Amino acid sequence: MPETIDDDSVGIVETQTIHFSQALTLECDKTLAEYDIAYETYGELNADASNAILICHALSGDQHAAGYYSMDDKKAGWWDSAIGPGKAIDTKQFFVVCLNNLGGCKGSSGPNTINPETGKYWGPDFPIVTVKDWALCQYRFMLSLNINYWCAVIGGSLGGMQVLQWTIDYPDLIKNAIVIAAAPKLSAQNIAFNEVARQSIMSDPDFHNGYYLEKNTVPRRGLMLARMLGHITYLSDDAMRDKFGRELREGKLNFGFDVDFQVESYLRYQGRSFVDRFDANTYLLMTKSLDYFDPAQNYDDDLALALKQTDAKFLVISFTSDWRFAPERSQEIVKALLQAEKQVSYIEIEASQGHDAFLIPIPHYMAVFTSYMRNIAEKLS
Amino acid sequence: MSQAIEHLSAMEDQDMGKQDMGKQGLRADLAIIAKWIKRDTKVLDLGCGDGTLLAYLREQRSVRGYGLEINPFNIEICVEKDINVIQANLNNGLKAYFSDNRFDCVIMSQTLQATEQPDLLIEEMLRVGREGIVTFPNMAHWRARLQLGLKGIMPVTKNLPNQWFNTPNVHLCTVNDFETLCKNHNIEILQRTVVDHSHKQGSALMNLFPNLLGEIAIYRFRRY
Repeated sequence: MPETIDDDSVGIVETQTIHFSQALTLECDKTLAEYDIAYETYGELNADASNAILICHALSGDQHAAGYYSMDDKKAGWWDSAIGPGKAIDTKQFFVVCLNNLGGCKGSSGPNTINPETGKYWGPDFPIVTVKDWALCQYRFMLSLNINYWCAVIGGSLGGMQVLQWTIDYPDLIKNAIVIAAAPKLSAQNIAFNEVARQSIMSDPDFHNGYYLEKNTVPRRGLMLARMLGHITYLSDDAMRDKFGRELREGKLNFGFDVDFQVESYLRYQGRSFVDRFDANTYLLMTKSLDYFDPAQNYDDDLALALKQTDAKFLVISFTSDWRFAPERSQEIVKALLQAEKQVSYIEIEASQGHDAFLIPIPHYMAVFTSYMRNIAEKLS
Repeated sequence: MSQAIEHLSAMEDQDMGKQDMGKQGLRADLAIIAKWIKRDTKVLDLGCGDGTLLAYLREQRSVRGYGLEINPFNIEICVEKDINVIQANLNNGLKAYFSDNRFDCVIMSQTLQATEQPDLLIEEMLRVGREGIVTFPNMAHWRARLQLGLKGIMPVTKNLPNQWFNTPNVHLCTVNDFETLCKNHNIEILQRTVVDHSHKQGSALMNLFPNLLGEIAIYRFRRY
């Protein structure tokens, strides 16, 4: 809870919502007649609208990337470490936009909102949206703010995949692409983890085939399990060892199946608190969107060909201990970019925190990020 | 004799304190390389350091290029300079990133001697580029010879500042060694320059005895 707001914070922010009444046809061929997009903005759009930055969120993220909702707010937005006055994404220089992706559960149309055609919760009937659909949504959103292009699109993990999609689908509407801890597509192992997460949700007796909101319940245990599994893949072996080791919660073994070790307690806590802030159907949808992501597919499986059209400059960042999207996966992106003769820098940050590292203000990471953004800002004026 | 050695050592010490800069603030061996690079070409700089050469080439020659670098702090400076820099270990070769004949020129300045397999890396340079440029400290320079031959110690000079136990330079060579390697690998030497400690470019004498008087050797070469 911030008693005072730091000078480098964007301060108190609020979520806004735009209603789109123009129908949106999705990759799955279904059409949404209308939809809402919840978003936040930080900083000021300049006179020629040349300083707009789109932040793309990851699997469990949302539009609340920075700042606090009130002075009683316990936690700042999910990427507060990188967004704010004087921070890497400097809100004194840039107009920063982050929106809740379609299918999300924080105010944009999604499974936990009402389907205007039926008057009931969408639930499992909300169409499966893809990264490509999100880029389209973000494109329409951009135009609705009277912005003609993004001076940068930035994202980590699933957010980084949206950045890649932007350079492919709107190659001349993005000047800089910052792709962090991402991959050009999921591996079988990645998909396998997602499938276990989905199965744990769907096998919860409270899931009710996805119509749980109508039954006034939520598949708590399933969603909790899914999140616990996810968390294991976000941390590294080293990070877990550093954080928990084999430390016992009560200082002794209990010879039972309840929590003995701190790591168990941590995972349960993460799982439980996630249930209170996230929707299970959205989790299913987001993991599917991850699984389906493969932008090279429409280009003879040639990522370099897919990226050929764009003039964007790229910064690709990976983290040494990330095994969910390991540095090798970022290197695949870099290889394609080099093959396509794009402007690209690639940095592998020494970090012990695993996939989660992309959210942590590691000094070398922030230094590189800040310098890169400063160069973008310099070209604005 | 020992007095003579002392005297020479003192000369060395003096030289080591000298500014290692050439025209426009560019290190002199880099200035020579820059002269050899044509306008509007594509270059790859292996072990690009803080990106000084690439920044210079971009501004003065409209050269497009990438730098490969392993040191995180150098990479930070490269990004600051708006250089396209790829974090990579040259010892893993260039296959992971570059197809054949991608570049007009591949440069490796003061890096060759620190790589695991210099001969293979030179081959890689000529796979991805039409021409290669390398610079390296010449181990047969008279100062080095003096230290090894007369003092009986591993040479420590301005260009080889490390002690034998902590040097990154695991594959030092001489002008003659390098030329033998080129011959054996079917590589044509297009240009050779040697410079001395002040990076004054080849006097007639230095060109006559490059292996003895050249402190840093600079070569431009291509496949025969």
